Parts: sequence; structure tokens; C-alpha cells
Amino acid sequence: MSDVVALGKAGAAIRKANDEGRGALIGYLPAGFPTYDAAVDGVKAMIDGGVDVVELGLPYSDPVMDGVTIQRATEIARAGGLRTRDVLSTVEKLAAYSDVPVLVMTYWNPIERYGVDRFAADFAGVGGAGLITPDLIPDEGAEWIAAADKHDLDKVFLVSPSSTDARIAMTTAACRGFVYATAVMGVTGARDKPSDLAAPLVARVKSATGLPVGVGLGISNGDQAAGVTAFADAAIVGAALVKALGEGGPAGVRELTEDLAEGVRRERRTTVDR
Amino acid sequence: MSTVLPDQFGHFGRFGGRFMPEALIAPLDELTQAWRDAMADPEFTGEFERMLREYVGAPSLLFDATRLSDAAGARILLKREDLNHTGAHKIRNAIGQALLTKRMGKHRVIAETGAGQHGVATATACAYLDLECVVYMGEVDTERQALNVARMKLLGAEVISVKNGSRTLKDAINEALRDWVASVDKTHYILGTAAGSHPFPAMVRDFVRGIGDEAREQSLELLGKLPDAAVASVGGGSNAIGLFTAFIPDADVKLYGIEPGGDGFETGRHAATITAGQVGVLHGARSFLLQDEDGQTIESHSISAGLDYPGVGPEHAWLAETGRASYRPITDAEAMDAFKLLSRTEGIIPAIESAHAVAGALDIAKELGPEATILVNLSGRGDKDMDTAAKWFGLGGSDE
Repeated sequence: MSDVVALGKAGAAIRKANDEGRGALIGYLPAGFPTYDAAVDGVKAMIDGGVDVVELGLPYSDPVMDGVTIQRATEIARAGGLRTRDVLSTVEKLAAYSDVPVLVMTYWNPIERYGVDRFAADFAGVGGAGLITPDLIPDEGAEWIAAADKHDLDKVFLVSPSSTDARIAMTTAACRGFVYATAVMGVTGARDKPSDLAAPLVARVKSATGLPVGVGLGISNGDQAAGVTAFADAAIVGAALVKALGEGGPAGVRELTEDLAEGVRRERRTTVDR
Repeated sequence: MSTVLPDQFGHFGRFGGRFMPEALIAPLDELTQAWRDAMADPEFTGEFERMLREYVGAPSLLFDATRLSDAAGARILLKREDLNHTGAHKIRNAIGQALLTKRMGKHRVIAETGAGQHGVATATACAYLDLECVVYMGEVDTERQALNVARMKLLGAEVISVKNGSRTLKDAINEALRDWVASVDKTHYILGTAAGSHPFPAMVRDFVRGIGDEAREQSLELLGKLPDAAVASVGGGSNAIGLFTAFIPDADVKLYGIEPGGDGFETGRHAATITAGQVGVLHGARSFLLQDEDGQTIESHSISAGLDYPGVGPEHAWLAETGRASYRPITDAEAMDAFKLLSRTEGIIPAIESAHAVAGALDIAKELGPEATILVNLSGRGDKDMDTAAKWFGLGGSDE
């Protein structure tokens, strides 16, 4: 398999964690929330608290995959005047702060508007690791795939419980870094109960690819993170961290991240094969 | 030309496609297959045609508007979609998709609505076909279209007021998509216009193309020839694609889409997506849209809630780019002048959406000259707009 190449930056960080006998933790916060500077501090707190990969959100006017918590936060960021160039400068600050890979989670139109190749060049130039693209499927992604390959960036596409095996094979073949598996049929946001759709989905993904698989949507505490990393390579946490930043500032983010980081370090089943 | 478009992935040239979350791709594939199978099944198309005839009242009349023609200086024919059950062309699409919902074995329908016409049409189709119906509507629109909210509720639909973003149509679509991602196994999303991800632009076109098919036949019967031009208003673009489709192969018939010019182009307060927008991706398709330098959607403005949308269906983008149809804006003021003119000359109070098309036809009449015959899609009736009209014209109280 071509794992070595496809691991990219985020995948290498996840495998490093896995090699330590634990799951990896991927934390999301949007740029510009609650302010430009406070968002930088929030992500730094997340890094200090132990995330292995940062997922930085690019606030967008029509976030159809996001629940209320992230919608509100990104509205605040946009109301504060956040621009695409500010997201790039946030990435630059974070890349200078630590070696933790920074992926940007973005809906597609802002990238298309910036110019796909131009964005890839500028983003790579400030030390960005890659993009997570929730409304771009590989079928429509030829321009991005070419730009990412040219500029050595990770391409993280999503798979869903509704994805057919054929789509999982096609999508994972287009990924570099890791595969983002959405644990539920629904939008982002904390949920009380673990999803029973996630484990079978991860198993299907793993039969199609050697790439690490991260599971996101609905994970909000260490117990849930532990539950997910029992079968997945990484737990992805978003809305809960956004809420923590809004309510408790960087200290709140640090506290939650430490709880999550403890969760992914609990005893793992040995069945997480590569 | 359009008979082969879109391609199997929903592309009209560089427009269209499927810019959607992966979670919805398999369901969209299933929907595409179900729609193709249904359109090839005489039982389905027969039932659809029966409902159009017996329930909607199709074919709608083609009316020779002689007094309006005198005012316009060219012959104007009105396709009277305002006489359809529920008062607009929207019911054709709602019934087609509701029948498809039943065929797919789903029992819940969601829809978005701006002015409320598509919401009412969907609630109507769901009442008739015994489907559960939830309509998402921006909070701003529920306030300015209270009558249609009451109609939907009376018809048994649940109306959810959307308080996110700009609290208008685009946010209602966002919220409907969020619902659909979580409910797609049992729910069909009846999108109200020929926009969005494949297969919606092509599927909605199939269900509304009867407008143009009927009008073409009626024109031949009335005139012994085709009209010189066909004119329709364009928000998302369903009434226009409904009118245009039958005429696209008729190269001698000019096609005009009339966009909402709002306060006027120069003010930036408009919804003239093709005239003033740039290519981008919104709500699942690549098309023209109103966006800022960063690709963030800009809020649109139009006196017509039904045209007040910052995007447009991808086939219109294609028709504009290839030059088969041309698109031009009409301001709020011009539309309201036409609204009054049609009311006074023909005794027909149009929807403000349709008044844009009438206003466009008045300009086109000057360009084409007195020998021209211009077909206008009168896509809806104006009852819903009487509050707006009363304020605009100062119609409150009694005459002195």
C-alpha cells in the first residue's frame, strides 16, 4: 500500500500517537471566535492540553453541516470582520507555536473564490498541513486534489454511515492524512449517547484503506473519546471545545482538552489494526 | 441542446454538480435513480398528468392580453399559471415530487419556502397525498408572509421559523438541509426551485416543463406559429426553466430571464444573480451567486420575497453563458408599475414575481417592435402581495 505517502502530516501525527499505544485527539475551533486573538489563544490552549492535530474552522455564511454551537461561533467570528486572509495568518501563528499539524476545515466556496491553487500555495506557505472539506466530494474535487498534491497538502474527505462501499473505496483513495468518518447522520454538536453507526463504518473504511480513521460528530468528553478510540485511530471534537472556549476561555479549553486527552489514552482494544 | 443536459453527474457545462456532504450523496444517487425510473414509468407519468389536469387545472390558459398589448406596443400573451390551484406554477413541482416521495416509500416531506408559495404548494400536495410535512421558513419571512404561514398550518404542515443567519430563504434552505442529513432514510426534501444539487435542477425542470410544453402548443393553435420571445422572472429559476425548456430547440424564439433588480443595480441592494454575480458554489451547485471577495454569500434584496435569493439554478447559468437565453434586471419600482398596469388594463393582479416578467416584456416590446408576439409566464397571482402593494401605492383607507 502507499500508506507512507498518503499519511501526510496529519496522518503521521495520528500514527505517532497510535504507536504510543493510544488514540489520537483532533480538536476543532473556528478562527476569529470569539475574537481573532482569543481564537489563537484558544487553539494554543488546545495544543497545550494535548491535541495531536488541530482543525481550524474557516467561518462561512452558509454552514449546512454545522449545528447551532458552531453556527453561532462562526457568525460571531464573521461579525467581528474575520477574512480569509485572517484565517491564513492564524494558521501562521499556530504553525510557529508548535509542530502540531494545522488543518483548515472549510466549506468549498471560500476556497474557490480565493482561487484553489493560489489558496493552496499561500496556505502551504504559512505552514498549513491540509484541508478538511465537508461539502466537497472527490467527484467534484479535481482542482483541489491537483493543487494539494502540487503543494504537498493533506486532503481529508468525509465518509458517512450512508456511504456505499464503492464510495468509501473511491473517497479513501482520494484522501491524504486521514479519513474523516462522521459518526452519525446529522450535523455537528454534542450528543448524549454514543453512535452505534460509527464502529461499523470504521470497520468498512478500514477494509478499504490503510489510512488512519478519525471519528467525529457528537464527542464531548473523555469517556466518549475513549469509547471512540477503542475502534478508531482518532477522536475528533468540535462543538464541545467551542462551547468550552465561549464559556471558560482558554482555561476552559485546556481543561476539556486534558479530559479528552486522558480519554484517548485509556486502554485500547488490540483490534485497531492497520 | 438541453435534451442531453445535464450529464450523469448533473453538470450543465461548468455549472451544476453535487457540492454536498458525503452523507447525502448516496441518498441523492437513490433519488436520481428513482426519478429516472419514475419518468420512464407510464403509470407514474400518467398519475402526474392526471393530477395536473384534475387537481391543478392544467393546461393553464394562454390569454391574449389585448389591452396590455396596446400599452406595450407589441402583442403580449400571458401563460396563466396564476390560475392553477394554490395560485402559482409551484404546485406542479410539489405534486411531482410528492408523488415521487410516495413511490420511494418515504412518508415525511420537508421543504423550504421564502414567500410561502412553495410551502403552501408542498403542504397542499402533502395533505392530498397523506404525507407528513415540515416547512422551514426564515423568521423574517414568517413575519412578512403571515397569511401563507396560516395557510400551511391549516393544511396540516408544521412551519418552523428559522432564526439563523439572515433569517430568510437561504437560511431556510440551510436548515432544511440540516434536517435532511439527519432524516434522509425516511424523508424527502422537496426543493422548491430548479437549483441545488443534482438531480434537483433537472428533476424540477421535468416537473414544471409542462408550462412551456402547453404554451408552445397553445401558441401554435392561436397564432399558427411560435411567439418571437418567451419571458419569465428568475429567482431560483423554476418558472423560467418551466417556460423555456420547450422552446430551447426553437432557435428563433428569444428567451429572456428577468432578474430582481431591487433598489437598482448601482445601490448593491438587488438579487440579480446572473447580471451581477460571480461564479461560485452555494447549496450544492456551481452557478452564479452574490458573494463578497471572500466567497461569503451576500444577502439579496427584492420587493418580491419569491425572487429574493442570492443564487440561481445552474441551467440558467449555462443558458446565459452559452447565449441561448439573456438575463436582465428589473427594479422594484419598474415591477410595481407593471403590477399596477396589468391590474388596470386586464383586471389581473399578478404576483410581484410575475410583475417583473411583465415589466421586462414592456421593455422587450420596445426592442422587438409592434409586429412581435411576446409570451410571458404569469407565474402566480398577487393576493399574497396585497400588503406590500397597499404600502407601496398607499392604498390604505377609502378614497375621498
